[in-house]
Amino acid sequence: MDLLDKFDSIVELRASLPFEKADPFKVVIDEVISETEAIIGGRHTILAGTNNYMGMTFDEGAIDAAKDALDNFGTGTTGSRVLNGTYGGHKALEAAIADFYDMEHCMVFSTGYQANLGMISALGGKDDYVIIDADSHASIYDGCSMGNATIVRFKHNDYENLERRLRRLPEDAGKLLVVEGVYSMLGDAAPLKEILEIGKKYGCMTLVDEAHSMGFCGENGRGVAEQLGVEDLVDFYLGTFSKSVGTVGGFAVSNHPKFDVLRFVSRPYIFTASLPPSVVASATKSIEAIKRSGNRRAHLWENARRLHDGLKNAGFNMCTPEAQSPIIAVHLPDVMQGTKFWERLLLEGVYANMAAPPATPAGMFLLRISVCAQHTTEQIDEIIARFVRTAEAVGMDV
Amino acid sequence: MAKAETLETIYGLIAPINKKGIDLKPGATFAVDLELDSLTVMDLVAEIEDEFDIVLPLNMLPDLETIEQVADAVEKIVSEG
Ligand SMILES: Cc1ncc(COP(=O)(O)O)c(C=O)c1O
Repeated sequence: MDLLDKFDSIVELRASLPFEKADPFKVVIDEVISETEAIIGGRHTILAGTNNYMGMTFDEGAIDAAKDALDNFGTGTTGSRVLNGTYGGHKALEAAIADFYDMEHCMVFSTGYQANLGMISALGGKDDYVIIDADSHASIYDGCSMGNATIVRFKHNDYENLERRLRRLPEDAGKLLVVEGVYSMLGDAAPLKEILEIGKKYGCMTLVDEAHSMGFCGENGRGVAEQLGVEDLVDFYLGTFSKSVGTVGGFAVSNHPKFDVLRFVSRPYIFTASLPPSVVASATKSIEAIKRSGNRRAHLWENARRLHDGLKNAGFNMCTPEAQSPIIAVHLPDVMQGTKFWERLLLEGVYANMAAPPATPAGMFLLRISVCAQHTTEQIDEIIARFVRTAEAVGMDV
Repeated sequence: MAKAETLETIYGLIAPINKKGIDLKPGATFAVDLELDSLTVMDLVAEIEDEFDIVLPLNMLPDLETIEQVADAVEKIVSEG
Protein backbone atom coordinates (compact mmCIF):
# COMPACT_ATOMS: atom_id res chain seq x y z
CA MET A 1 0.00 0.00 0.00
CA ASP A 2 1.40 3.40 -1.01
CA LEU A 3 1.18 5.73 1.97
CA LEU A 4 1.09 8.76 -0.30
CA ASP A 5 -2.10 7.66 -2.08
CA LYS A 6 -4.20 9.32 0.57
CA PHE A 7 -3.06 12.70 -0.75
CA ASP A 8 -4.26 12.11 -4.31
CA SER A 9 -7.27 14.40 -3.85
CA ILE A 10 -4.93 17.22 -2.84
CA VAL A 11 -2.77 16.65 -5.90
CA GLU A 12 -5.90 16.72 -8.07
CA LEU A 13 -7.20 19.90 -6.49
CA ARG A 14 -3.89 21.66 -7.06
CA ALA A 15 -3.71 20.43 -10.63
CA SER A 16 -7.19 21.85 -11.33
CA LEU A 17 -6.19 25.43 -10.45
CA PRO A 18 -5.80 27.67 -13.49
CA PHE A 19 -2.25 28.89 -12.96
CA GLU A 20 -0.37 29.62 -16.12
CA LYS A 21 2.71 31.62 -15.31
CA ALA A 22 3.09 31.42 -11.53
CA ASP A 23 2.02 29.26 -8.62
CA PRO A 24 1.45 30.86 -5.21
CA PHE A 25 2.91 27.87 -3.42
CA LYS A 26 6.07 27.77 -5.50
CA VAL A 27 7.16 31.40 -5.57
CA VAL A 28 10.92 31.86 -5.53
CA ILE A 29 12.36 35.19 -4.51
CA ASP A 30 15.57 35.53 -6.50
CA GLU A 31 16.88 38.76 -5.12
CA VAL A 32 15.85 40.97 -2.21
CA ILE A 33 16.30 44.64 -3.00
CA SER A 34 14.98 46.05 0.27
CA GLU A 35 12.35 45.42 2.96
CA THR A 36 9.69 46.20 0.37
CA GLU A 37 11.08 45.15 -3.01
CA ALA A 38 12.41 42.00 -4.61
CA ILE A 39 13.03 40.34 -7.95
CA ILE A 40 10.57 37.50 -8.52
CA GLY A 41 10.62 35.59 -11.81
CA GLY A 42 12.85 38.28 -13.28
CA ARG A 43 10.36 41.05 -12.40
CA HIS A 44 10.80 43.97 -10.07
CA THR A 45 8.09 43.35 -7.46
CA ILE A 46 6.63 45.25 -4.51
CA LEU A 47 6.53 42.95 -1.49
CA ALA A 48 3.12 43.19 0.12
CA GLY A 49 2.81 39.82 1.78
CA THR A 50 5.85 39.19 3.95
CA ASN A 51 4.71 39.80 7.59
CA ASN A 52 7.67 42.19 7.81
CA TYR A 53 5.45 44.75 9.56
CA MET A 54 8.14 46.89 11.16
CA GLY A 55 10.59 46.47 8.29
CA MET A 56 13.40 45.31 10.57
CA THR A 57 15.01 42.79 8.19
CA PHE A 58 17.70 45.26 7.10
CA ASP A 59 18.07 47.15 10.37
CA GLU A 60 21.71 48.18 10.53
CA GLY A 61 22.11 47.54 14.24
CA ALA A 62 20.56 44.08 13.91
CA ILE A 63 22.78 43.17 10.95
CA ASP A 64 25.98 44.39 12.63
CA ALA A 65 25.15 42.50 15.83
CA ALA A 66 24.49 39.33 13.84
CA LYS A 67 27.84 39.65 12.02
CA ASP A 68 29.67 40.15 15.30
CA ALA A 69 27.95 37.13 16.82
CA LEU A 70 28.89 35.01 13.79
CA ASP A 71 32.53 36.02 14.12
CA ASN A 72 32.66 35.49 17.86
CA PHE A 73 30.31 32.57 18.51
CA GLY A 74 30.11 30.71 15.20
CA THR A 75 27.24 29.58 13.03
CA GLY A 76 25.25 27.50 15.52
CA THR A 77 24.96 26.24 19.09
CA THR A 78 24.58 22.56 18.10
CA GLY A 79 22.50 21.83 21.17
CA SER A 80 19.42 22.17 23.31
CA ARG A 81 18.70 25.17 25.51
CA VAL A 82 18.95 22.88 28.56
CA LEU A 83 22.33 21.40 27.59
CA ASN A 84 25.01 23.27 25.64
CA GLY A 85 22.64 25.58 23.71
CA THR A 86 22.29 28.51 26.12
CA TYR A 87 24.85 31.27 25.46
CA GLY A 88 25.10 34.65 27.11
CA GLY A 89 23.27 36.02 24.08
CA HIS A 90 20.21 33.85 24.74
CA LYS A 91 20.01 35.16 28.31
CA ALA A 92 20.46 38.75 27.11
CA LEU A 93 17.66 38.26 24.58
CA GLU A 94 15.35 36.88 27.26
CA ALA A 95 16.16 39.88 29.44
CA ALA A 96 15.47 42.26 26.53
CA ILE A 97 12.05 40.69 25.87
CA ALA A 98 11.13 40.65 29.57
CA ASP A 99 12.05 44.33 29.66
CA PHE A 100 10.02 45.03 26.49
CA TYR A 101 6.95 43.48 28.14
CA ASP A 102 7.82 44.83 31.58
CA MET A 103 7.53 41.32 32.97
CA GLU A 104 9.77 39.15 35.11
CA HIS A 105 10.44 36.03 33.07
CA CYS A 106 11.01 35.04 29.46
CA MET A 107 11.72 31.80 27.64
CA VAL A 108 13.05 31.88 24.08
CA PHE A 109 12.04 28.99 21.80
CA SER A 110 13.42 28.14 18.37
CA THR A 111 10.20 29.24 16.60
CA GLY A 112 6.85 30.75 17.53
CA TYR A 113 5.24 27.51 16.40
CA GLN A 114 7.27 25.65 19.00
CA ALA A 115 6.52 28.29 21.63
CA ASN A 116 2.80 27.52 21.26
CA LEU A 117 3.41 23.77 21.26
CA GLY A 118 5.63 24.10 24.30
CA MET A 119 3.42 26.40 26.35
CA ILE A 120 0.03 24.83 25.65
CA SER A 121 1.16 21.20 25.93
CA ALA A 122 2.98 21.89 29.21
CA LEU A 123 0.35 24.09 30.86
CA GLY A 124 -2.68 22.01 29.91
CA GLY A 125 -2.42 18.78 31.93
CA LYS A 126 -4.65 15.70 31.90
CA ASP A 127 -7.37 17.07 34.17
CA ASP A 128 -7.21 20.63 32.82
CA TYR A 129 -9.17 22.45 30.15
CA VAL A 130 -7.70 24.49 27.32
CA ILE A 131 -10.20 26.91 25.80
CA ILE A 132 -9.37 28.24 22.34
CA ASP A 133 -10.86 30.52 19.70
CA ALA A 134 -12.14 28.52 16.72
CA ASP A 135 -9.98 30.55 14.29
CA SER A 136 -6.75 29.91 16.17
CA HIS A 137 -3.47 29.47 14.32
CA ALA A 138 -2.36 25.91 13.53
CA SER A 139 0.35 26.11 16.19
CA ILE A 140 -2.32 26.58 18.88
CA TYR A 141 -4.34 23.64 17.58
CA ASP A 142 -1.19 21.52 17.39
CA GLY A 143 -0.22 22.52 20.94
CA CYS A 144 -3.65 21.23 21.99
CA SER A 145 -3.18 17.93 20.15
CA MET A 146 0.22 17.48 21.73
CA GLY A 147 -1.01 17.89 25.31
CA ASN A 148 -3.46 15.87 27.36
CA ALA A 149 -5.99 18.54 28.34
CA THR A 150 -9.64 18.60 27.31
CA ILE A 151 -10.00 21.10 24.48
CA VAL A 152 -12.99 23.43 24.30
CA ARG A 153 -13.48 25.74 21.36
CA PHE A 154 -15.54 28.92 21.20
CA LYS A 155 -16.80 30.89 18.22
CA HIS A 156 -14.28 33.35 16.83
CA ASN A 157 -14.06 36.54 18.91
CA ASP A 158 -17.51 35.82 20.40
CA TYR A 159 -17.23 36.39 24.13
CA GLU A 160 -20.83 35.46 24.86
CA ASN A 161 -20.25 32.13 23.20
CA LEU A 162 -17.08 31.82 25.31
CA GLU A 163 -18.96 32.57 28.52
CA ARG A 164 -21.62 29.95 27.77
CA ARG A 165 -18.86 27.37 27.48
CA LEU A 166 -16.91 28.46 30.54
CA ARG A 167 -20.07 28.34 32.63
CA ARG A 168 -20.38 24.62 31.87
CA LEU A 169 -16.87 23.68 33.02
CA PRO A 170 -16.12 22.49 36.56
CA GLU A 171 -15.48 25.49 38.75
CA ASP A 172 -12.30 24.22 40.38
CA ALA A 173 -10.65 22.69 37.29
CA GLY A 174 -7.44 24.18 35.84
CA LYS A 175 -8.26 26.27 32.77
CA LEU A 176 -6.06 27.91 30.17
CA LEU A 177 -7.72 30.42 27.84
CA VAL A 178 -5.70 30.90 24.63
CA VAL A 179 -6.42 33.78 22.24
CA GLU A 180 -4.59 35.88 19.67
CA GLY A 181 -4.33 39.67 19.59
CA VAL A 182 -4.76 39.90 15.82
CA TYR A 183 -5.92 36.98 13.67
CA SER A 184 -3.63 36.61 10.70
CA MET A 185 -6.01 35.69 7.91
CA LEU A 186 -8.58 38.51 8.07
CA GLY A 187 -6.39 40.86 10.09
CA ASP A 188 -9.12 41.40 12.67
CA ALA A 189 -8.23 42.35 16.25
CA ALA A 190 -9.73 40.48 19.22
CA PRO A 191 -12.02 42.16 21.80
CA LEU A 192 -9.46 41.22 24.43
CA LYS A 193 -10.99 43.29 27.22
CA GLU A 194 -14.27 41.37 27.20
CA ILE A 195 -12.64 38.01 26.44
CA LEU A 196 -10.01 38.24 29.17
CA GLU A 197 -12.41 39.65 31.76
CA ILE A 198 -14.77 36.73 31.18
CA GLY A 199 -11.83 34.31 31.31
CA LYS A 200 -10.75 35.73 34.66
CA LYS A 201 -14.31 35.65 35.99
CA TYR A 202 -14.31 31.87 35.45
CA GLY A 203 -10.86 31.31 36.92
CA CYS A 204 -8.83 30.87 33.72
CA MET A 205 -5.15 31.54 33.33
CA THR A 206 -4.72 33.42 30.07
CA LEU A 207 -2.26 33.15 27.18
CA VAL A 208 -2.29 35.84 24.50
CA ASP A 209 -0.44 35.19 21.24
CA GLU A 210 0.63 38.60 19.91
CA ALA A 211 2.43 37.18 16.84
CA HIS A 212 0.66 39.60 14.48
CA SER A 213 0.34 42.55 16.85
CA MET A 214 3.72 42.86 18.57
CA GLY A 215 5.68 45.84 17.34
CA PHE A 216 2.88 48.22 16.45
CA CYS A 217 -0.16 47.76 18.71
CA GLY A 218 -0.03 49.67 21.98
CA GLU A 219 2.18 52.55 22.99
CA ASN A 220 5.24 50.33 23.47
CA GLY A 221 4.34 47.89 20.72
CA ARG A 222 3.54 45.02 23.07
CA GLY A 223 0.34 44.10 21.30
CA VAL A 224 -3.42 44.36 21.47
CA ALA A 225 -3.58 43.74 25.24
CA GLU A 226 -1.48 46.86 25.76
CA GLN A 227 -3.51 48.81 23.20
CA LEU A 228 -6.72 47.97 25.06
CA GLY A 229 -5.19 48.53 28.51
CA VAL A 230 -5.76 44.99 29.77
CA GLU A 231 -2.20 43.82 30.32
CA ASP A 232 -3.01 42.99 33.94
CA LEU A 233 -5.36 40.24 32.71
CA VAL A 234 -2.61 38.44 30.75
CA ASP A 235 -0.74 35.62 32.50
CA PHE A 236 1.39 34.62 29.51
CA TYR A 237 2.28 36.47 26.33
CA LEU A 238 3.48 34.52 23.37
CA GLY A 239 5.28 35.95 20.37
CA THR A 240 7.52 35.35 17.42
CA PHE A 241 10.62 36.92 15.88
CA SER A 242 9.46 35.91 12.41
CA LYS A 243 7.24 38.93 11.79
CA SER A 244 7.89 42.41 13.25
CA VAL A 245 11.25 41.37 14.69
CA GLY A 246 12.45 40.34 11.24
CA THR A 247 14.27 37.08 11.95
CA VAL A 248 13.19 33.69 13.34
CA GLY A 249 12.35 32.36 16.80
CA GLY A 250 9.63 32.51 19.43
CA PHE A 251 9.13 33.44 23.05
CA ALA A 252 6.82 33.40 26.05
CA VAL A 253 6.87 35.93 28.90
CA SER A 254 5.17 35.96 32.28
CA ASN A 255 5.26 37.31 35.81
CA HIS A 256 4.44 33.91 37.25
CA PRO A 257 6.96 33.10 40.02
CA LYS A 258 7.14 29.43 38.95
CA PHE A 259 7.51 30.18 35.24
CA ASP A 260 11.06 28.83 34.95
CA VAL A 261 10.00 25.26 35.72
CA LEU A 262 8.58 25.16 32.18
CA ARG A 263 12.17 24.94 30.93
CA PHE A 264 12.29 21.41 32.40
CA VAL A 265 8.90 20.15 31.28
CA SER A 266 8.24 21.74 27.91
CA ARG A 267 9.34 19.22 25.31
CA PRO A 268 9.42 21.59 22.29
CA TYR A 269 11.81 23.75 24.34
CA ILE A 270 14.05 20.88 25.38
CA PHE A 271 14.21 18.50 22.43
CA THR A 272 15.42 20.82 19.70
CA ALA A 273 18.54 22.92 19.13
CA SER A 274 18.57 26.52 20.30
CA LEU A 275 18.67 29.51 17.97
CA PRO A 276 22.05 30.35 16.42
CA PRO A 277 23.94 33.23 18.08
CA SER A 278 23.59 35.51 15.04
CA VAL A 279 19.79 35.20 15.07
CA VAL A 280 19.75 35.80 18.81
CA ALA A 281 21.90 38.92 18.45
CA SER A 282 19.80 40.43 15.68
CA ALA A 283 16.56 39.66 17.52
CA THR A 284 17.88 41.44 20.61
CA LYS A 285 18.90 44.55 18.66
CA SER A 286 15.68 44.55 16.70
CA ILE A 287 13.48 44.35 19.82
CA GLU A 288 15.43 47.16 21.47
CA ALA A 289 14.96 49.25 18.33
CA ILE A 290 11.23 48.46 18.08
CA LYS A 291 10.76 49.75 21.59
CA ARG A 292 11.99 53.18 20.46
CA SER A 293 10.14 53.11 17.12
CA GLY A 294 7.13 55.32 17.78
CA ASN A 295 7.47 57.04 14.41
CA ARG A 296 7.66 53.80 12.52
CA ARG A 297 4.56 52.55 14.30
CA ALA A 298 2.71 55.72 13.31
CA HIS A 299 3.78 55.42 9.66
CA LEU A 300 2.80 51.74 9.57
CA TRP A 301 -0.71 52.61 10.75
CA GLU A 302 -0.92 55.44 8.19
CA ASN A 303 0.02 52.97 5.47
CA ALA A 304 -2.50 50.40 6.68
CA ARG A 305 -5.33 52.95 6.78
CA ARG A 306 -4.41 54.42 3.40
CA LEU A 307 -4.39 50.98 1.78
CA HIS A 308 -7.65 49.96 3.42
CA ASP A 309 -9.38 53.20 2.39
CA GLY A 310 -7.98 53.00 -1.14
CA LEU A 311 -9.11 49.43 -1.76
CA LYS A 312 -12.47 50.02 -0.10
CA ASN A 313 -13.11 53.11 -2.22
CA ALA A 314 -12.13 51.16 -5.32
CA GLY A 315 -14.97 48.78 -4.45
CA PHE A 316 -13.13 45.77 -3.07
CA ASN A 317 -14.94 43.58 -0.57
CA MET A 318 -12.87 44.19 2.57
CA CYS A 319 -12.53 41.58 5.34
CA THR A 320 -12.66 44.19 8.12
CA PRO A 321 -14.71 47.42 8.19
CA GLU A 322 -11.57 49.45 8.91
CA ALA A 323 -7.85 48.75 9.24
CA GLN A 324 -7.54 46.89 12.55
CA SER A 325 -3.94 45.81 11.88
CA PRO A 326 -1.39 46.03 9.04
CA ILE A 327 -3.01 42.94 7.56
CA ILE A 328 -5.44 44.15 4.94
CA ALA A 329 -7.42 41.33 3.34
CA VAL A 330 -10.00 41.34 0.57
CA HIS A 331 -12.54 38.65 -0.28
CA LEU A 332 -12.29 37.00 -3.65
CA PRO A 333 -15.37 35.34 -5.11
CA ASP A 334 -14.05 31.80 -5.52
CA VAL A 335 -10.94 29.73 -6.00
CA MET A 336 -10.81 30.24 -9.79
CA GLN A 337 -11.10 34.03 -9.64
CA GLY A 338 -8.81 34.06 -6.62
CA THR A 339 -6.13 32.13 -8.41
CA LYS A 340 -6.33 34.29 -11.53
CA PHE A 341 -6.31 37.47 -9.48
CA TRP A 342 -3.27 36.42 -7.47
CA GLU A 343 -1.32 35.42 -10.60
CA ARG A 344 -2.22 38.56 -12.53
CA LEU A 345 -1.30 40.74 -9.55
CA LEU A 346 2.13 39.12 -9.39
CA LEU A 347 2.64 39.80 -13.09
CA GLU A 348 1.68 43.41 -12.34
CA GLY A 349 4.54 43.42 -9.84
CA VAL A 350 2.85 43.01 -6.46
CA TYR A 351 3.42 39.99 -4.25
CA ALA A 352 0.51 39.37 -1.84
CA ASN A 353 -0.68 36.15 -0.19
CA MET A 354 -3.45 34.02 -1.55
CA ALA A 355 -5.23 32.40 1.38
CA ALA A 356 -7.59 29.47 0.96
CA PRO A 357 -9.24 26.86 3.17
CA PRO A 358 -8.27 25.24 5.49
CA ALA A 359 -6.10 28.18 6.58
CA THR A 360 -9.05 30.56 6.25
CA PRO A 361 -12.32 30.52 8.21
CA ALA A 362 -15.65 29.45 6.67
CA GLY A 363 -14.21 28.37 3.32
CA MET A 364 -13.19 31.90 2.31
CA PHE A 365 -10.79 32.82 -0.47
CA LEU A 366 -8.76 35.86 0.39
CA LEU A 367 -6.04 38.02 -0.93
CA ARG A 368 -4.05 39.15 2.01
CA ILE A 369 -1.63 42.05 2.11
CA SER A 370 0.73 42.70 4.97
CA VAL A 371 1.79 46.32 5.07
CA CYS A 372 5.33 47.30 6.04
CA ALA A 373 6.40 50.41 7.94
CA GLN A 374 9.00 50.93 5.20
CA HIS A 375 6.44 51.07 2.39
CA THR A 376 6.34 54.59 1.05
CA THR A 377 3.05 56.37 0.45
CA GLU A 378 3.80 56.06 -3.30
CA GLN A 379 4.18 52.29 -2.97
CA ILE A 380 0.85 52.03 -1.16
CA ASP A 381 -0.84 54.03 -3.93
CA GLU A 382 0.88 51.87 -6.51
CA ILE A 383 -0.43 48.69 -4.80
CA ILE A 384 -3.96 50.11 -4.92
CA ALA A 385 -3.61 51.06 -8.60
CA ARG A 386 -2.30 47.61 -9.49
CA PHE A 387 -5.15 45.94 -7.59
CA VAL A 388 -7.62 47.95 -9.67
CA ARG A 389 -5.85 47.07 -12.95
CA THR A 390 -5.74 43.41 -11.94
CA ALA A 391 -9.46 43.31 -11.18
CA GLU A 392 -10.13 44.76 -14.64
CA ALA A 393 -7.76 42.33 -16.32
CA VAL A 394 -9.39 39.24 -14.78
CA GLY A 395 -12.90 40.60 -15.21
CA MET A 396 -13.72 40.76 -11.52
CA ASP A 397 -16.59 43.04 -10.56
CA VAL A 398 -15.60 45.43 -7.81
CA MET B 1 -28.62 3.43 22.18
CA ALA B 2 -29.75 7.05 22.12
CA LYS B 3 -33.30 8.06 22.94
CA ALA B 4 -35.60 9.06 20.07
CA GLU B 5 -36.01 12.45 21.69
CA THR B 6 -32.27 13.18 21.61
CA LEU B 7 -32.06 12.06 18.00
CA GLU B 8 -35.02 14.24 17.03
CA THR B 9 -33.43 17.28 18.64
CA ILE B 10 -30.21 16.67 16.73
CA TYR B 11 -32.11 16.12 13.46
CA GLY B 12 -33.74 19.47 14.06
CA LEU B 13 -30.33 21.14 14.36
CA ILE B 14 -29.04 19.42 11.23
CA ALA B 15 -32.10 20.21 9.09
CA PRO B 16 -31.07 23.79 8.15
CA ILE B 17 -27.63 22.65 6.95
CA ASN B 18 -28.88 19.50 5.24
CA LYS B 19 -28.78 21.23 1.86
CA LYS B 20 -28.94 17.99 -0.13
CA GLY B 21 -32.05 16.83 1.75
CA ILE B 22 -30.42 13.56 2.80
CA ASP B 23 -32.63 11.21 4.83
CA LEU B 24 -31.67 11.71 8.49
CA LYS B 25 -31.23 8.45 10.35
CA PRO B 26 -29.09 7.29 13.28
CA GLY B 27 -26.43 5.69 11.09
CA ALA B 28 -25.96 8.69 8.76
CA THR B 29 -22.38 9.97 8.78
CA PHE B 30 -21.57 13.67 8.77
CA ALA B 31 -18.67 13.63 6.36
CA VAL B 32 -19.81 11.05 3.79
CA ASP B 33 -23.63 10.81 3.90
CA LEU B 34 -24.42 14.43 4.77
CA GLU B 35 -21.37 15.80 2.94
CA LEU B 36 -20.69 18.37 5.64
CA ASP B 37 -17.26 19.97 5.62
CA SER B 38 -15.31 20.22 8.86
CA LEU B 39 -16.24 23.88 9.40
CA THR B 40 -19.96 23.18 9.12
CA VAL B 41 -19.58 20.27 11.51
CA MET B 42 -17.85 22.63 13.91
CA ASP B 43 -20.78 25.07 13.83
CA LEU B 44 -23.15 22.16 14.34
CA VAL B 45 -21.18 21.01 17.37
CA ALA B 46 -21.49 24.51 18.85
CA GLU B 47 -25.26 24.40 18.32
CA ILE B 48 -25.54 20.99 19.93
CA GLU B 49 -23.52 22.24 22.89
CA ASP B 50 -25.82 25.21 23.36
CA GLU B 51 -29.00 23.17 22.86
CA PHE B 52 -28.07 20.58 25.50
CA ASP B 53 -26.07 22.99 27.65
CA ILE B 54 -22.99 20.77 27.59
CA VAL B 55 -19.39 20.88 26.39
CA LEU B 56 -18.42 18.49 23.60
CA PRO B 57 -14.62 18.61 23.77
CA LEU B 58 -12.64 18.87 20.56
CA ASN B 59 -10.74 15.73 21.54
CA MET B 60 -13.93 13.65 21.24
CA LEU B 61 -14.90 14.73 17.76
CA PRO B 62 -12.72 12.31 15.74
CA ASP B 63 -14.70 9.40 17.26
CA LEU B 64 -18.09 10.86 16.44
CA GLU B 65 -18.84 9.95 12.83
CA THR B 66 -22.57 9.22 12.87
CA ILE B 67 -25.61 11.04 14.25
CA GLU B 68 -26.20 8.20 16.69
CA GLN B 69 -22.65 8.39 18.05
CA VAL B 70 -23.16 12.08 18.72
CA ALA B 71 -26.51 11.42 20.38
CA ASP B 72 -24.95 8.74 22.61
CA ALA B 73 -22.11 11.06 23.55
CA VAL B 74 -24.53 13.88 24.34
CA GLU B 75 -26.62 11.63 26.60
CA LYS B 76 -23.52 10.37 28.35
CA ILE B 77 -22.30 13.92 29.02
CA VAL B 78 -25.74 15.07 30.13
CA SER B 79 -26.10 12.16 32.57
CA GLU B 80 -22.62 12.77 33.99
CA GLY B 81 -23.25 16.52 34.08
C1 LIG C 1 -0.77 33.44 15.69
C2 LIG C 1 0.53 32.81 15.35
N1 LIG C 1 1.24 32.20 16.31
C3 LIG C 1 2.43 31.62 16.05
C4 LIG C 1 2.96 31.61 14.78
C5 LIG C 1 4.25 30.88 14.52
O1 LIG C 1 5.30 31.72 14.32
P1 LIG C 1 6.71 31.21 13.81
O2 LIG C 1 6.83 31.66 12.39
O3 LIG C 1 7.69 31.89 14.70
O4 LIG C 1 6.76 29.73 13.95
C6 LIG C 1 2.28 32.28 13.76
C7 LIG C 1 2.90 32.37 12.43
O5 LIG C 1 2.48 32.10 11.41
C8 LIG C 1 1.02 32.87 14.05
O6 LIG C 1 0.31 33.45 13.07
